[in-house]
Amino acid sequence: MTTNNKELIVKKIDNGTVIDHIPADKVFAVVKVLGLDILKDEILIGTNLESQKYGKKGIIKAKNKYFQPEELDKLAIIAPTATLITIKDYAVVEKRCLEIPKEIHKIVKCINPNCITNVEEMDTLFNVVKEEPLTLQCHYCEKTMTEIKIR
Amino acid sequence: MTNLKNKNLISITDYSKEDYLSVLDLAEKFEKNPNQPVLSDKVVGSLFFEPSTRTRLSFETAANRLGARVIGFSNPTATSLQKGESLHDTIMMVSSYVDIIVMRHPKDGASRYAAEVSPVPVINAGDGANQHPTQCMLDLYSIRKTQGTLENLQIAMVGDLKYGRTVHSLVQAMSNFKAEFHFVSPESLSMPENVKMYAKNAGLKYHEYRKLEDVIPFADIIYMTRIQKERFPDILEYEKVKDSYILDAVLLKGCKDNMKILHPLPRVNEIAMNVDKTNYAYYFQQAKNGMFVRQALITSILGYADKIK
Repeated sequence: MTTNNKELIVKKIDNGTVIDHIPADKVFAVVKVLGLDILKDEILIGTNLESQKYGKKGIIKAKNKYFQPEELDKLAIIAPTATLITIKDYAVVEKRCLEIPKEIHKIVKCINPNCITNVEEMDTLFNVVKEEPLTLQCHYCEKTMTEIKIR
Repeated sequence: MTNLKNKNLISITDYSKEDYLSVLDLAEKFEKNPNQPVLSDKVVGSLFFEPSTRTRLSFETAANRLGARVIGFSNPTATSLQKGESLHDTIMMVSSYVDIIVMRHPKDGASRYAAEVSPVPVINAGDGANQHPTQCMLDLYSIRKTQGTLENLQIAMVGDLKYGRTVHSLVQAMSNFKAEFHFVSPESLSMPENVKMYAKNAGLKYHEYRKLEDVIPFADIIYMTRIQKERFPDILEYEKVKDSYILDAVLLKGCKDNMKILHPLPRVNEIAMNVDKTNYAYYFQQAKNGMFVRQALITSILGYADKIK
């Protein structure tokens, strides 16, 4: 499939953000975690598209949506290979890769059921100990984990 | 001397090698002269959200021998927690009454959170299956006292190395002192990868064994642990491994003269009673050392270390 064909399937947006190179099996997780399913503006979702680099990939185009740093952290955790393209008046004004933060505040849930963060009403905090595979250590219970659950 | 004033002790890695040595040096002074009431104007909050015998009594005795008064609870069922009060609110309230908080809690990470909430320093007296740093400090004290040094020792750890938080902390702490580790456990209870990585990253050697006999000839310290029934999700798994390692006086033939056996207590059957009277048994003195170490910690954290003779 050529780029032109892809653009026919997932049409251009005038303003907003394109998230490209999402692993195909993470597309709907990204939609859910970023709350794209409740937005009122156009959201175009393509998945299982052929990608030379990744085999299969997904793409999301969110009209009039620009992401906050906390949302980008979530995206980086679920789909670290994704690229973020900012569109204004049909033109690409910025294209960048995501960065996994060194510390992850609030957005991840600790998988240790005995962790205080799962009992007390409080924010979570994790240190990234390894990027590949993504391995986090809970600042509170000190457990390390590779299974990432978004709060 | 390193300054530990107002420095929380939540995890053993919160303190540096110099911090450990400073606490151990001060604890030595308390061993020689335990009654030094330098904290007569201080109140220690002793918050035990789950039962404890040794740790609580040792902390409270330490505070009493320093002349401090102790408030708190050893049974959370008699507190507002039963009414649904959050840990946050309990800590906020108690910290407005006391100068330092000693806290044990069944949830992992509770002490770290309490320290973030509290304006007064917090000493972790055990948070769930996570950390028990004062036990580790008294282990270091006992090792240094019996071996004359903490450097270049052969440390064997035996039993439940998977769930045993004391052995995890001890590996972390001893990684400052060029120890060589010998881990003896059933396969299902072997030392977790992250702890082994900690030793490896510190450039230290470790070896794994299934038989206790294999480490007896060369160990300087044999650190025995109880197989903790309460940590097993499956009781059948517990039954399979509960009698894996029993240290008997007969087994000790051929051990080094300086070898000492440590155990965080309580023991069940992993050290036979006939070991108690040998020169190698050190676990009861080890428990006693806990009081001196806790005196040293409370005094240091409250900024009174220089008043101790």
